[in-house]
Amino acid sequence: MTYHAARRPNQGIDWMLISLVLALMLVGLLAVYSTTAGEGSRFFDLTQMHGRQMIWILISLVVAGIIVLMDSKVFTVFAYPVYALMMLLLILVFVYGITVRGDTNWLALGPVRIQPSEFAKFATALALAKLMGSQNFNIRKLSMQVAALLILGLPAVLVLLQGDAGSAIVFASFALVLYRFGMSPFYMLAVFLFLLLTLLTIVVNQTTLILILFGLGALVIFLFRKNKSLTLTTILTLLLSLGYVFASHYVFEYLLEPHQQDRIRVLLGQQASAQDADYNVRQSKIAIGSGGFWGKGFLQGTLTRYNFVPEQSTDFIFCTIGEEFGFWGSTLLLLLFLATILRIIYLAQRQRSRFSMIYAYCVAAVLFFHVVINIGMTIGLMPVIGIPLPYVSYGGSSLVSFTILVFILIKLDGDRLAILR
Amino acid sequence: MTDVYQNRRWVIQYVVIAVIIVYVLRLFQIQVLSKNYQQLARNNVLREVTVFAPRGLIFDRKGRLIVDNQNEYDLWVVPSQVTAFDTAAFCALVGISDSLLRQNLLKAAAYSRYKPSLLLKGLSVEKYAAVQEELYLYPGFFGQVRTIRSYPYKAAAHLLGYIGEVNQRHIEQGGGYYRMGDYIGISGIEHSYENVLRGRKGSRFVLVDVHNREQGSFAEGRYDTAAIPGANLISTIDIELQQYGELLMQNKIGSIVALEPSTGEVLALVSSPNYDPALLTGMERTRNFQRLATDSLRPLFVRPLKAAYPPGSTFKPAMALTALKIGSITSTTEYTCPGAYVVGTLSVTCHHSGYVPDVATAIQHSCNSYFCHIFRKTVDDRRFAHVAQGLDQWKAILATLGIGERTGIDLPNEGYGFVPGSDYYNKLYGKNRWNSVTVISLGIGQGELGMTPLQLANMTAALANGGWWYTPHVVRSVQGSQERRLPTVVRHVMDLDTAHVNALRRGMFQVMEAGTGRWVRIPGVSSAGKTGTAENPHGRDHSLFIGFAPVDSPRIAIAVVVENAGWGASFAAPIASLMMEKYLNDTIAFQRRYLEQRMLEADLIP
Repeated sequence: MTYHAARRPNQGIDWMLISLVLALMLVGLLAVYSTTAGEGSRFFDLTQMHGRQMIWILISLVVAGIIVLMDSKVFTVFAYPVYALMMLLLILVFVYGITVRGDTNWLALGPVRIQPSEFAKFATALALAKLMGSQNFNIRKLSMQVAALLILGLPAVLVLLQGDAGSAIVFASFALVLYRFGMSPFYMLAVFLFLLLTLLTIVVNQTTLILILFGLGALVIFLFRKNKSLTLTTILTLLLSLGYVFASHYVFEYLLEPHQQDRIRVLLGQQASAQDADYNVRQSKIAIGSGGFWGKGFLQGTLTRYNFVPEQSTDFIFCTIGEEFGFWGSTLLLLLFLATILRIIYLAQRQRSRFSMIYAYCVAAVLFFHVVINIGMTIGLMPVIGIPLPYVSYGGSSLVSFTILVFILIKLDGDRLAILR
Repeated sequence: MTDVYQNRRWVIQYVVIAVIIVYVLRLFQIQVLSKNYQQLARNNVLREVTVFAPRGLIFDRKGRLIVDNQNEYDLWVVPSQVTAFDTAAFCALVGISDSLLRQNLLKAAAYSRYKPSLLLKGLSVEKYAAVQEELYLYPGFFGQVRTIRSYPYKAAAHLLGYIGEVNQRHIEQGGGYYRMGDYIGISGIEHSYENVLRGRKGSRFVLVDVHNREQGSFAEGRYDTAAIPGANLISTIDIELQQYGELLMQNKIGSIVALEPSTGEVLALVSSPNYDPALLTGMERTRNFQRLATDSLRPLFVRPLKAAYPPGSTFKPAMALTALKIGSITSTTEYTCPGAYVVGTLSVTCHHSGYVPDVATAIQHSCNSYFCHIFRKTVDDRRFAHVAQGLDQWKAILATLGIGERTGIDLPNEGYGFVPGSDYYNKLYGKNRWNSVTVISLGIGQGELGMTPLQLANMTAALANGGWWYTPHVVRSVQGSQERRLPTVVRHVMDLDTAHVNALRRGMFQVMEAGTGRWVRIPGVSSAGKTGTAENPHGRDHSLFIGFAPVDSPRIAIAVVVENAGWGASFAAPIASLMMEKYLNDTIAFQRRYLEQRMLEADLIP
């Protein structure tokens, strides 16, 4: 590697991963075409969703090309600035945000409308990789933990405040990265308890919950009264918990839309079956189930074509594949995603720089989380959380942001032998 | 780079693989194992839409259209498609008040934003033509055609009948043909010829979207069936004669039945009071039906088929016929009438007295004594062991004339009338506790005897023919069919001595020439007839008349009953003669206009 300058930008590029991603995009384009194309509509019709999706795919490929042409040092150097910029965009949404389909999480840049919450994902991944990849990072140190939590928590809270609970939950996927790089599984347990607390705020009366928390805190302090530091930790935990209970209660009661509250209540079994809340899932299961083993054939899916499944080109795009391509097609798509994720983990493992490796795991975690939640909800295994299926769902922001996410990895991987970070 | 947590890579990979395997298994469960979802999906998107077959039309004997299908348009609205529009212009266009429009729109929006709601019913074709031209200005509004029966002549309501929505019983008995909301003939021709008139409805399978909007046909229409239009019927009715009959019977209660003797075709069948058949069509049907059903004069009651009247003196030709057939008298049996028929304490008065040389004269003068005499002579004839046997034989001969039996007319709910036999009297008085004197009023058409106007007309036709008759019928043929007459029409031959029948016909001819019917002779046409005045325990006597014309080759046989109108000669006979004159001469002679006027103006509703 004497002639750094002479190195071609596409050298060392992992064409396998690129092929997988392109295959997913193609599947998505066909599925979107199937849900939106009416009788006699042309494939190249820019007024239709599938036409716009095609444009977005082209834009994504251009962006991908730019990333590949860039110097990979940029990503490490500008990790924090990019993160800061995205946070700024998220904050701008509160001022200049416009409402699309009930969610006020869009920004208008001229004729194009983007969702900063989508772009926050790769920025957060970069920032987290930068933080954890630094030489003096030690996940066992509280200050480091707090720093990591802040990087993840800031976009999550901002997105949540915009009313997009689904995208906010995505940031929980980074827990997988933290786990991979040494965080104690007990932290996972803590996160689990944290979620439990969230559920309890919804299920249990607030006053009762506060009394229970105080009771528990007092008990711990009394039992371990000799241990001063534990007392302090307990008090801190108690205060945090109380604050969290108030906050999540506030979020649930005042920030969540009634339909989101319904969905959560149905999931928790609090509401036997709200017609609206489980309608989506029922129709989605009917569409997928009616596909049978071989499917109804391309463009033959009656339920998805006639709008029985809501959000069928975006969050419920998997229904179209399930209905039109049946069991074999759905399984193939799942295997495609599995291959993509495993390939990313494989790439992660061959990185020589910690930054690249952590970033690669971030990509794998985010993708995995999206796939699990999105497909899980269409087949009734997960609650209805409105997040897109990567590369497949209709939508420019998500497509471009996932392209950026994975192509930064591809670029980093391509340069893995050139530079040691 | 040290990676002390290397093994966690595998944990993560296994978790990812495990989750994907769980999802594949789940997909296998809902896509391959469970067939339930496929059915649910079909239910979701597939709708069977009925394609209604246009109902057959009905023409009269001269080819005039008497039952037509008329299109009416209803205006529907789909609230989700409605954009802001000029309500004032819209109201003026369709003819709806602003407040009603507002009210109906709110109601429609409350019902469903995506499903169509009815906005305005019953726009005529002319009105809708104007509306349709501008309807494109008002998205969300559309017209839907609906077929209703229409009656160019506003007549023959009882005969034609009406159609209505099927009820549960129709659906169960319809062999799977009828569904909720289908129409079926409920009475009259509409009922008897339901299977011919209805045609066969078809069905179309369409795909619908989530808002129940049609998206196209299923499998290129492979499972669709086309509707087959109902066949048209040629009726035997002369609609102008029918109208004239209804006019003559206005403000009277009763019936007219006119037949063509040589074929059994019904020329007119009037039931009075009647109603405009259009009342039982379309949107107002239910309300009008309620009103008609609760009317004290019972306009829905089909009197010519169902009402049984004592025939009174109109029965006398039939009485004579039984006697002649049994052989208890000859056509020249003579009798001297003392002005009453007296047996012990019983006395039947007679309006006439003196020498009666033969049966014809007895009919001419309607001599009660003569017929009491021959009735007893007949049932007590020595050929019979007992009066019971005689009475049953008498009844059997009447049955061959269609008396006491259903004639078999092609209309629903025909009545039987009533001819008592020996078992009836055995039950009433006890066996052997009655004799010919007990039941003597039967001989003059009174007592328990009851005949429907149709039976009277049919009997007259049989006499006019000289002893045979065809099943009376109101439908001649199905248009396009090669059959000369419907298979339900049967020729009944009574095996009579021509001389006997001629004697009766001569008597009836003399009635018109020099008897009770001489006032209503038809100029230029020889007619035969018999008046009757039926005693009515409930009120004033019923006025009856039977007759046929021309005598030599009868083209019309008629029976008229006017309830509570007194003498047969006062109303029934003039009305019958006017009907025959109208049918045969097409016009009423000038010198008889006063008679026509009197009949039209008479109001006999009690």
